[in-house]
Amino acid sequence: MNSAPQTRRTLLMAGGSAAGVVLATGVSALFAPARAQGLAPTPTMQGGANNYLPGASVVERIGRGGFWMTGTVRRAGDGAPLQGVRIQIWAHTTEGHERDPESHGATLTDADGVFRMEMPQIVPAFGQPHGHLAYDADFDDKRFETVFLRPVMRSARETNLSAHFVLRPA
Amino acid sequence: MTRLPSFRAIFIWAALGAALVLPIAVAVTSPLLAWRQPVYIVAGLAGVVALALLLLQPLLAAGYLPGLRARHGRRAHALIGSGLAAAVGIHVAGLWLTSPPDVIDALLFRSPTPFSAWGVIAMWAVFAAALLAALRRRLRIRQRVWRLIHTTLAMVVVLGSVIHALLIEGTMGTLSKAALCVLVVAAVVKAIFDTRSQILPARRKA
Repeated sequence: MNSAPQTRRTLLMAGGSAAGVVLATGVSALFAPARAQGLAPTPTMQGGANNYLPGASVVERIGRGGFWMTGTVRRAGDGAPLQGVRIQIWAHTTEGHERDPESHGATLTDADGVFRMEMPQIVPAFGQPHGHLAYDADFDDKRFETVFLRPVMRSARETNLSAHFVLRPA
Repeated sequence: MTRLPSFRAIFIWAALGAALVLPIAVAVTSPLLAWRQPVYIVAGLAGVVALALLLLQPLLAAGYLPGLRARHGRRAHALIGSGLAAAVGIHVAGLWLTSPPDVIDALLFRSPTPFSAWGVIAMWAVFAAALLAALRRRLRIRQRVWRLIHTTLAMVVVLGSVIHALLIEGTMGTLSKAALCVLVVAAVVKAIFDTRSQILPARRKA
């Protein structure tokens, strides 16, 4: 499915979307009839919802920043970028624990379906350096189905992490 | 009359002390601790201490340690076994207080982290081994059968704990953690091999 050297986690995390993009844009142009389903929705990841804080407010930055969480939000099927979608981000960082309210913040996607949130450096907690992201249907008029992601950093020294959502219309 | 310990005894105890203290010392000075709350720090270190205590168990059970052979060794084995079970209890309880959903996921075998399941398997095996030891007299099972069950559980504890520890990115140092794990596995393998005549069913001579 993907020949680039990736860890299984990244593949699980980005697999649905990244491979989906390749399918949707490149390969599908050649084999359109074989692709009736289109871009598959991202499934919620195990443990993704742990320590979620429903309704965390939209912030410009979490804490003092220094680390970037980025990603995209697109619609399942046609892969259209989704604008103004609220994504909540939280993690165990140099400034706080996952359960601390200050560790949570939400941001909105731009016209290209891209979100970028500056936050404190993620540090390994519960055995892995990882982040959490949520698309919660309850805070978006139930336009799409709720999805929770839990991407893992390839190395604790990295200063950015990305995660991609493909949402299924509710 | 008390005899002075031999150089060999002193060397064995010094080497063992270093093998136990070094990984704990590295974990205690981990930079990750700066970003953790006291309960989480205690929980993590209890796990490290449990792994270190695990090294003592086969050495005591097989009577390898100078001054703690036979009966004294078994007494110490029982004492350290209680400590080991308590350390695992503190480890899990502390993690639960730190992040309840992550521990619930682990206990229900639905955690995203593969090391969690190994840790939970090792936890149940260590509790079972301790319970079996506590009820030894009341259970009235044959000594050989009891030893076989207890040793089998011990093997599960060692395998589960070592895989659990090695897969975790935490406060332990990579090298000292790997070294401790190798020692634990080596000790348990040697102890089981040396005491196999007391564990396995008696074989008739061909």
